[in-house]
Amino acid sequence: MSEATTEQEKTAREAKPPKRRKRRVGGGWHIFVFIAPAVLIYTIFSIYPLVESLRLSLFDGLDDGSAVWNGLGNYVTLLFNPTWATQFWNALWNNLILFFIHMVVQNPIGLLLAALLSLAPRFGSTYRTLIFIPTLLSVVVVGFIWELILSPLWGVSETLLGAVGLAWLYQPWLGLESTALTTVSLISVWQYVGIPMMLIYAALLSIPDELIDAARVDGLNGWWIFWKVKLPLILPTLGIVAILTYIGNFTASFDLIYSIQGALGAPNYSTDVMGTLLFRTFFGQQLQIGDIHMGATIASMMFFIILIGVTIYLVLVQRRLQRYEM
Amino acid sequence: MTNIASTGRARAGRARGLSTKAAVHTVLLGYTIIAIFPVILVILNSFKNRRGIFSDPLGLPRGETFSMEGYATVLTQGDFATYFANSIIVTVSALFLILLLGAMAAHALAEYRFRLNTLLGIYLILGIMVPIRLGTVAILELMVDLNLVNTLLALILVYTAQGLPVAVFILTEFMRTLSRDIKDCARVDGLSEYRIFFEVVVPLIRPVLATVAVFSMIPIWNDLWFPLILASGDATKTVTLGVQQFIGQYTVNWSAVLASLSIAILPVLGLYALFSRQLIAGITSGAVKG
Repeated sequence: MSEATTEQEKTAREAKPPKRRKRRVGGGWHIFVFIAPAVLIYTIFSIYPLVESLRLSLFDGLDDGSAVWNGLGNYVTLLFNPTWATQFWNALWNNLILFFIHMVVQNPIGLLLAALLSLAPRFGSTYRTLIFIPTLLSVVVVGFIWELILSPLWGVSETLLGAVGLAWLYQPWLGLESTALTTVSLISVWQYVGIPMMLIYAALLSIPDELIDAARVDGLNGWWIFWKVKLPLILPTLGIVAILTYIGNFTASFDLIYSIQGALGAPNYSTDVMGTLLFRTFFGQQLQIGDIHMGATIASMMFFIILIGVTIYLVLVQRRLQRYEM
Repeated sequence: MTNIASTGRARAGRARGLSTKAAVHTVLLGYTIIAIFPVILVILNSFKNRRGIFSDPLGLPRGETFSMEGYATVLTQGDFATYFANSIIVTVSALFLILLLGAMAAHALAEYRFRLNTLLGIYLILGIMVPIRLGTVAILELMVDLNLVNTLLALILVYTAQGLPVAVFILTEFMRTLSRDIKDCARVDGLSEYRIFFEVVVPLIRPVLATVAVFSMIPIWNDLWFPLILASGDATKTVTLGVQQFIGQYTVNWSAVLASLSIAILPVLGLYALFSRQLIAGITSGAVKG
């Protein structure tokens, strides 16, 4: 037994590249004891529900509570039945707009703030700490804060706009179909800008000083150093930020929109997203009865949509980006 | 990291002109105000009476406008003590499980070579890419079958499953950097693999555990989705759900609404004041590795 172990150990050592650390050779109950609880809880409460949702989406419920095989019927209904399709495409489109606004507003602001912070101004850590505060708050709290501030009843926004002579600009943005989704997106941007800021800031800090010095010796000024040296080096981080924004956009948007605009994505479904559509379908709303199988279908569609995004990221983006190693 | 930053800091400081400096501070200060003004506005106005809230929303609470009536309403009408207790029980229990089970799994992955090691590692971190919410339909069915609907245990289990992937990922990365010698010494001394984990490894990874804890805490404390779906009963409501429903009922009572929001904000700000260094270090080191 012990001989066999040493033998294995030897081959394991030889097989591994010298740089990587040697790891203890396996076998034995302790490995199982260490890893089983995590795998068990994770499998039962995360992976199994996901797989089960995919399975449920292939069945149709009968009035007596039993389920019957329906193949891709639910997906056909969701995509082509006029009532369902309108809601689905509307929600998906709204999610994509939400994603787009985060990409063009949140992430550039995060990049700008991170770039300024990486210049190490005085009070830098104070700015950083304070700017991150909204990110910590519950989406529910953030939603209500902005609902109050934008409310025509309180008039705070009008007063503030008036102070800079722009009072005429004020409208109840959250209540208008044309502006509600943009307003909700900007509230979410306000809350989450701290995340890209921190990630990009960390990436900028990890760039070795020698590279910057070399660029400076070559006569580049601060602005060009940023564009030509730093930005290319942090592209992998920008890729991570983009994919996190994409995934978060399908989950986090529910809390905010449910709190401010309700499960119907008021006004008139203009802020309806996949999350609220899933919630409504699953639990039922007003005249509509909750439907497990259509709910599972919508969740599965979200899964596939996220999967498509992640695949594009992995294949197209990450493969082309050369990661800088310290 | 601080050292690297401060040498850069000194050099950058000297090289830059005054006007650039002024511009940098204007932008940062401007954005800082945008970030915290709404929060301050809500907290300030929660200490005013109705007249004060509407006649002078931007002013500080003064003699005639100062009032705690909002807090009085919240404390008598809403059962916020229970909601807080629920949130704390759920968050602390889930965190404990995430850290313990996550560290154990990470230790197994980082320390031992066994078949399926790589596969299990990938399997465990899949959850970072796939939000657990997409399984909600089946999670609810499962909780119904297990008789766990409207219990805090349901939330604890789901949040543990939700938090494990990130914890395993960060902890495995870190544990791979631990020195082997100290563990091998312990083995020579005849310590069992379990004692090596609890008595040698855990003390070494304590700082990272704290980081993972702060990191995993925020989404659990702030979540609305699962409390709404799995535990919306009065006895099991969390603060986030409690505030959401309280405000739904009291929309006309502005001082109560503002007070309930402040009650939800202030503990988070307090914790942040204590742990901001750890949290920020965690995010930045995670990003460098990730």
